[in-house]
Amino acid sequence: MKKGFFRILMVVLCISVLAVGCGKKNQVELNVYNWGDYIDESVLQEFEKKYNIKINYDTFTTNEDMYVKVKAGGSHYDILIPSDYMIKRMIDEGMLEKLDMSNIPNYKYIDSKFKNLEYDPNNEYSVPYMWGTVGILYNKKMVSEKPTSWKVLWDKKYAKQILMMDSQRDSIGITLKMLGYSLNSKNPDELEQAKQALIEQKPLVLAYVVDEVKDKMIAGEAALAVVWSGDAVYCIRENPDLDYVIPEEGSNLWFDAIVIPKGTQHKKEAEMFINFLCETDIAYRNADYIGYSSPHTEAVKRLPKEITSSRHAYPQEEDLKKCEVFVDLGSVLKEFDRIWTEVKSH
Amino acid sequence: MVKYFLKRGYLFLLYAFLYAPIIVLAFYSFNSSRSRGTWDGFSLKWYIQMFQDRQILTSLYYSLVIGIISSVVATIIGTMAAFGINNMKTLPRTTVMNLTYLPVLNPDIVTGISFMLLFIFIRLKLGFITLLLSHITFNIPYVILSVLPRIKQLDKNMYEAALDLGATPAVAFRKVVLPEIMPGVITGLLLAFTLSLDDFVISFFNTGSGVSTLSITIYSMARRGINPKINALSTLMFVSILTLLVIINLMMSRQKNSKEKESKEVL
Repeated sequence: MKKGFFRILMVVLCISVLAVGCGKKNQVELNVYNWGDYIDESVLQEFEKKYNIKINYDTFTTNEDMYVKVKAGGSHYDILIPSDYMIKRMIDEGMLEKLDMSNIPNYKYIDSKFKNLEYDPNNEYSVPYMWGTVGILYNKKMVSEKPTSWKVLWDKKYAKQILMMDSQRDSIGITLKMLGYSLNSKNPDELEQAKQALIEQKPLVLAYVVDEVKDKMIAGEAALAVVWSGDAVYCIRENPDLDYVIPEEGSNLWFDAIVIPKGTQHKKEAEMFINFLCETDIAYRNADYIGYSSPHTEAVKRLPKEITSSRHAYPQEEDLKKCEVFVDLGSVLKEFDRIWTEVKSH
Repeated sequence: MVKYFLKRGYLFLLYAFLYAPIIVLAFYSFNSSRSRGTWDGFSLKWYIQMFQDRQILTSLYYSLVIGIISSVVATIIGTMAAFGINNMKTLPRTTVMNLTYLPVLNPDIVTGISFMLLFIFIRLKLGFITLLLSHITFNIPYVILSVLPRIKQLDKNMYEAALDLGATPAVAFRKVVLPEIMPGVITGLLLAFTLSLDDFVISFFNTGSGVSTLSITIYSMARRGINPKINALSTLMFVSILTLLVIINLMMSRQKNSKEKESKEVL
């Protein structure tokens, strides 16, 4: 039996070595690095068939994880899809290639609202992929009147019914907004006030959560939660008692955009891929699968009316007026870090 | 009587805590809703979608291939090393043993980053090869530590007796020494395989584009929420390991029975 066991092992070993050895050669390979579960996978296969280019698709969890892998070198990605402030940082550090927009004619479909944004002022480096806002998801059965301000999260009426995001940038950002400051504030005074406010709020908070927020809100375990708009749309679909609002003080407007890192061997093919993602049908399928808001004007027209007309996923201009995009804070980020640690450990 | 129930109750609680999470996970893999908050009825759609998901299947493939190759290679190298260490004099042996313990005690993150820096330093492209090399390396100490005690227990005279009776060293090793240390080798192999399959930190830093293991893929879903396809996959893996264990146990007990019969007949 032991001999048999080893024979089987050796056979498996040989097969696996062979299987690894015989990838198709002479075919251009594009290495794509995206957020987990953030694309309709059939899109990738369609691209491979159409252009005879192989796609190696990998996923990351946070911007910082992605940054570490790319910065360290040795991984050779051709396409990345990070968020706004990370794109700014990578531009500043000279890590991104300038895009040749003549290779990306479908860029014309991108809503002009989402061009020339702070993180990439001249649209040289990035093409928006998905966008959204941060706001309050609330349960209509538990919250008597529709919240309009971030202040509702400091209302003692809802003690132990509030879920906050366990993310320093978001949580401190909305607190700054509540106090009437910019969420990119570098002013130590304003940051100190935000810290005090968060400490004051802490007894009212049921939990600081990340992904669990969706299940908790759907199950009705809390009345109010700070969430991303894309998640809000999903939660409302699962539990119609929920509703989403962008507070009047304004909020965070975020983007995930497609960029090409320096050092790519296949810039032209990577631009073909970006252009492909901006095709109407493809952008529509991705928006439909992911459920986040698409910056693609034609794709949005194809989405069901009840999604595009709702102000959750596609807020009106006036809702967005006071919203800000995160910018890279440089060394002040450490201050955010310190504040958040103090709040959590208070 | 009370003592009996206490004992049983304790055992029950122990296993309940161990297996409750797996049962919940398996239960929700049949939920037709994506959310864990609601039960929308029985459905097999996550199983169907899982088998259509290229990313999950490739990462499963890489996890298994890396696990199998790295555990087998590490077992061969580790077993040879264990023989070498066993034959050393005291001082070099303690030195080498301490060097063996070090990577085991080292936090994974340190091991992972130092591997990555080394690979980048020698300009090896991060990918399948670097992932495999790092897995083999961190598996070797575990194999040595599980094989070495067996070698120490080995009666040296057996090997010499085999030589006296006309066996070549190779035959003596295969027929006399290897069967004696086999339990240690198998333990080391299985341990190495499990550790390789489990590992996230070292894999994360040492894999390159296009190669991703299951742990990396699952972790990357954290922002959007773990897809129930993963529940389906985990359930299948759990069931297949369970069946494998049951089959092995059945085979072992049958072998034992037949051996006992044989020895009775001889008597």
